Amino acid sequence: MLAYLVKRVFQAIAVMFAISLIGFAIQDNLGDPLRALVGVSVSEEVRDQLRDELGLNDGFVTQYLRFLGNALHGDLGTSYFFKEPALDVILKKMPATLELVLGATLIIVGLSVPLGVYTAIKPKSILSGIIMGLSIVGISIPVFLTAILMIFVFAVNLGWFPSYGRGEVVHVFGSWDTNFASFDGLMHVLLPSVALASIMLPLFVRLIRAEMMEVLQSEYVKFAKAKGLRPMRIYFVHALKNTLLPVITVGGVQIGTMVAYTILTETVFQWPGMGFMFLEAVNRVDTPLIVAYLIVVGFIFVVTNTIVDLIYGLVNPTVNLARMGA
Amino acid sequence: MSSLSTNEIPASRWSRIWNSKMGHSFRGNPVAVVSLAIFLVIAFGAIFAPLIAPFDPYDPGQIDIMNSEYPPIWIEGADPQFLFGTDDQGRDLWSTILYGTRLSLMIGLCAVALQAVLGISIGLLAGYIGGRLDSLLMRLADIQLSFSTLMVAIIFLAVTQAMFGSETFNQYAIYFLIAVIGVAEWPQYARTVRATVLAEKKKEYVDSARVLGFGPMRIMVRHILPNSLSPIFVISTVQVANAIISEASLSFLGLGMPPSQPSLGSLISSGFDYIFSGSWWITAIPGVVLVVLVLVINLLGDWMRDVLNPKLYKG
Amino acid sequence: MSLLSVRDLTVKFAMRDQTVTALNQISFDVRRGERLGIVGESGAGKSITGFALMNLLSQPGYIDSGHVMFGGEDIVRFSDAQMRRIRGNRMAMIFQDPMVTLNPVLTIGQQMVETLRAHRKLSRAEAEQISILKLREVYIPSPEERLEQYPHELSGGMRQRIVIAIALLLDPELIIADEPTTALDVTIQADIMDLLLELCQSNKVGLILITHDLGVVSQMTERTLVMYAGRIIEAGPTRQIINDPQHPYTQGLINALPQQTLPGHRLKQIPGNMPSPAALPAGCPFHPRCDFAVDICRRVRPEIMRFAEVEIACHEVSRLHGIPYKEESA
Repeated sequence: MLAYLVKRVFQAIAVMFAISLIGFAIQDNLGDPLRALVGVSVSEEVRDQLRDELGLNDGFVTQYLRFLGNALHGDLGTSYFFKEPALDVILKKMPATLELVLGATLIIVGLSVPLGVYTAIKPKSILSGIIMGLSIVGISIPVFLTAILMIFVFAVNLGWFPSYGRGEVVHVFGSWDTNFASFDGLMHVLLPSVALASIMLPLFVRLIRAEMMEVLQSEYVKFAKAKGLRPMRIYFVHALKNTLLPVITVGGVQIGTMVAYTILTETVFQWPGMGFMFLEAVNRVDTPLIVAYLIVVGFIFVVTNTIVDLIYGLVNPTVNLARMGA
Repeated sequence: MSSLSTNEIPASRWSRIWNSKMGHSFRGNPVAVVSLAIFLVIAFGAIFAPLIAPFDPYDPGQIDIMNSEYPPIWIEGADPQFLFGTDDQGRDLWSTILYGTRLSLMIGLCAVALQAVLGISIGLLAGYIGGRLDSLLMRLADIQLSFSTLMVAIIFLAVTQAMFGSETFNQYAIYFLIAVIGVAEWPQYARTVRATVLAEKKKEYVDSARVLGFGPMRIMVRHILPNSLSPIFVISTVQVANAIISEASLSFLGLGMPPSQPSLGSLISSGFDYIFSGSWWITAIPGVVLVVLVLVINLLGDWMRDVLNPKLYKG
Repeated sequence: MSLLSVRDLTVKFAMRDQTVTALNQISFDVRRGERLGIVGESGAGKSITGFALMNLLSQPGYIDSGHVMFGGEDIVRFSDAQMRRIRGNRMAMIFQDPMVTLNPVLTIGQQMVETLRAHRKLSRAEAEQISILKLREVYIPSPEERLEQYPHELSGGMRQRIVIAIALLLDPELIIADEPTTALDVTIQADIMDLLLELCQSNKVGLILITHDLGVVSQMTERTLVMYAGRIIEAGPTRQIINDPQHPYTQGLINALPQQTLPGHRLKQIPGNMPSPAALPAGCPFHPRCDFAVDICRRVRPEIMRFAEVEIACHEVSRLHGIPYKEESA
C-alpha cells in the first residue's frame, strides 16, 4: 500500500514539474514584466537596469528555479489587469466554479446510477429505449449549445430562470460565497449546472449501463440468482458494486473534463468563476493570470486523478496495492 | 484488358460489402440507413459548398451590412434571396452554413486522421517492442488521458493566440485546431492497437511469420494491423464526432476559426449575442446542423459497435 | 415418490432469425438421496438441463413446454417469487469455475450470510455461526478467518469448497453440480469429488452431476443419463451403462476412455463432431457418426424405449430386441 502511494504521489509530482515547466516557458515567451511595472515611457538604460535587478538577464535554468521557488511559496506572479497576486485572483473566483461543478456532479450522480441501472436491467422496455435515445442526442449536443438553448427557452422565452450571473450569494468564509443557501442563488445555479451536466450525464448513463449489462452476464450473478437472492440485492449489491469500479476510474478523468467545460458554461452564463476569468485574461494577454490558471487547473487534475486512483485501489479488493507499487 | 478488370473489381467489392454480415445488418437497421443518408447529404453539401452556395461568404464584396439580420424566408420581413436569412454582418446564412460545415467536417476528419496515424504507430511500437518502451509510452498515454483534451486545447490555443496575436493566429487557426485536437487524443488509438498487438503476438502465425524471416514492419502492417481494424473503425466514428464538438467549442470560445471564416462553432458564437434581441436563427440554424451532423455520426458509431462488437480497451 | 420428476422438458433459444431447440422432450426422475449423472459432449444440452431445472435459463433461452415436478409441484409454472424460495434453499447449484462463481468484491462471509438470510429469519451472528459450521463440514481450516476474506485470497480448490458449503447452507434436497471439477487442478479434482460424495451420502441429498467424464460418473452416481444433441439417448443404472453400453454413441464414449485403450495404441475417438442444435440432420442425430447406421436411421428419429432397466433411443438396438422399425414416428 505504502509503495503504491509513494509511486502514485511521485508520478503526480513529476507531472506537476512538467506543468510548471510549461507554465514558465509561457511566462518567458509571453510576459514582459517591465511593461507591467513601468509601462513604455521609460528609457532603455533604466529598463536594462531593471532587467538586471529583476534577474531577467539570468540564464533559463536560474530563472526557472526562481519561478519554481516562488510558485512553491504560492507566488505565481502579479496579474497585469487586477494588480493583485494572480493566485489570489484565481482563488477568489474558484468557489463559484467549484459550486458549478458540485451542482453538476449532484445531478450526474443522482441521475446516472438509477438511469444506468434501469436501462441495464430492462434493456427492452420502452422507457429504456427513450432514455438511450435521449442519451445519444445528449452526447451529440455540445455543452455551449445546451447552455444557449436553455437560456433561450427558460430565460428569454419563458422567463422562469435568470440568464446570467450568480444572483444572491451567502457568505460562508474566506472568499467562499455560496449559491446553495438562498432561493435566488439556487435559481441562478440551476441552469448552468444542468448545462454542465448535460454532456456528462448521458456518458455516465451509457457507461453504467454497458458495465452493468456485462456484469449481469457474469457467473457470480448467475450464482447469486441460484442462491435465491432477491433481484434488488443482486442488482444493487452484487452487480452495482462491480459496475462502479470502472466507473470510478472514468469518473476521475471526467472531473477534470468538467473543469474544462466550466469555461464554456461560465462564458455563456457569464458566471463569475475562474473559467470566465481565464478567457478574459486571454483577451487581455494577462500572462501571469494565464500561467497561474494553467498551474492551478493542472494541480486540480493531478490531485483528483491521484485521489481517484487511490480510492480505486482501496475499493477494489482484488487490486493488490503492494504489488502495484512494485 | 486492364480497363476491364479495373471496372470489375469495384463492382464485386461493392456487392461483397452489400451481401456481407454488415451489409445485411445495415439494411435491417432503419436508424443506420437514415443516419448514413443524412450524413451523405451533409457531406455532399460540405464538399460542393462552392457550387451550391448562392453567395461566397469569404468575399467582402458580396456582403452588405445593410442586409444584416434578415430572418429566414418563412418568417415575415424576410428577403427572398436569403433562404435562412442573414447574420449580423449581412452574410447569407445558408451559404455561410455550407462553408462552415465544410470547415467543421474537414477539421474533424483531419484531426482524427492525425490521431489515428500517431496512435496506431505508437500502439504498434509499444505492443510489438514491449518492455520499458511499452511501459513508458503507456504511462504517458495514461497521463495524457487524465488531462481533458478540451482543457489542453483551450490552454494551447489561448497561449498561441496571445503569442502570435489575433491576426496571425486567425490565418493559421485551422492548422492549430487540427494539430491540437489531433495530438491530444492519440492514446485512444494507441491503447486499443497495443491491446490487439499483444493478443495477436501470442498467436502462432506471428511466430511463423517471424521464423520465415519477415521483418517486424511487414509483420505489423500485413498481419497485426488488419486484426485491429474493427476497433479502429468504431473508435474513429466516435472520435470524429468528438473532434467536431471540440472544434465547435473552441471556435465558440473565440479560440478557433475567426468570424471572418466561420466554422459552425464560430457562427453559433457570433449569433449568441443576438438571441436576446430576437435574431435566434443565426444561432439556431447552424446549431441544428451541428447537432444533426454529430448525432448521425454517433448513431452510425453505435450501430457499428453493435455489429463489429470489437474488444475495446477499457481502463 | 420421486423427489424430482422431469417430463417432456423442451428448451428453446430464440435466435435472431430462427428458434433453436436445445433440449428436446427430455424426461427423467431423481429419487430422494439418489445421485444421477448426466454425461455427454459439450453442447449436448447437459448444462442447459441444469439451468432449466432451476428455471435460470439466460436470454434468449426459455422453457417451451414440459413439466418439472419437484416435491410434487410443477415448478415450471412457479412465479419468480415462488421459484426464489426454492433456489438455494431446497435446490442448490454448484457452478463449473470457482474462480468466477464468487463475487470478487464481497467477502466470503457476506456471500454466505446473505444466502441464509434470504431464506430464513436469522440474525447476522446466527447466520455466521451456521456458515462457520458448514465451512468446517467442507474441511476448510480456520473458518472464522475465511469469513473476512475475499475470494481472490483463496485458491481454486478452496473456493470450490466454499461454493459447496454455500450450496449446503440450507440443507437442500437436491444439488445440481455442473462440471464441478473441470476448472480445477487435476490433483484436487478427486478431493472435491470425494467431498461431494461424502456430503451427499451423509446428508441424504439428491445429486445431479453434470460431467463429460464417464469415469467420474461411475464412481459418483447410481444412475446415468447419456445426452446427445439435446436428447437423452440412453438412461439406466450407472453400472449397467458403463459395463454394458447399448447405444453406439455410449459405446463410443466408453471405448474412447484411456483405460479401454492398450498402451501404445491411439485413443479410439468417435469420428466427426456433434451437430449443432441449429442444424440437426434428419433421422437419428447420431447417424452421420454411427458405424451401424442403416437407411431408416437417416430418415426416422428413434423414440426412446425401455428394455428392462435401461432406456435407449436407437433403431438398431430396438431391432436387436425384436422390435420392428417404426416408420411412422418422426
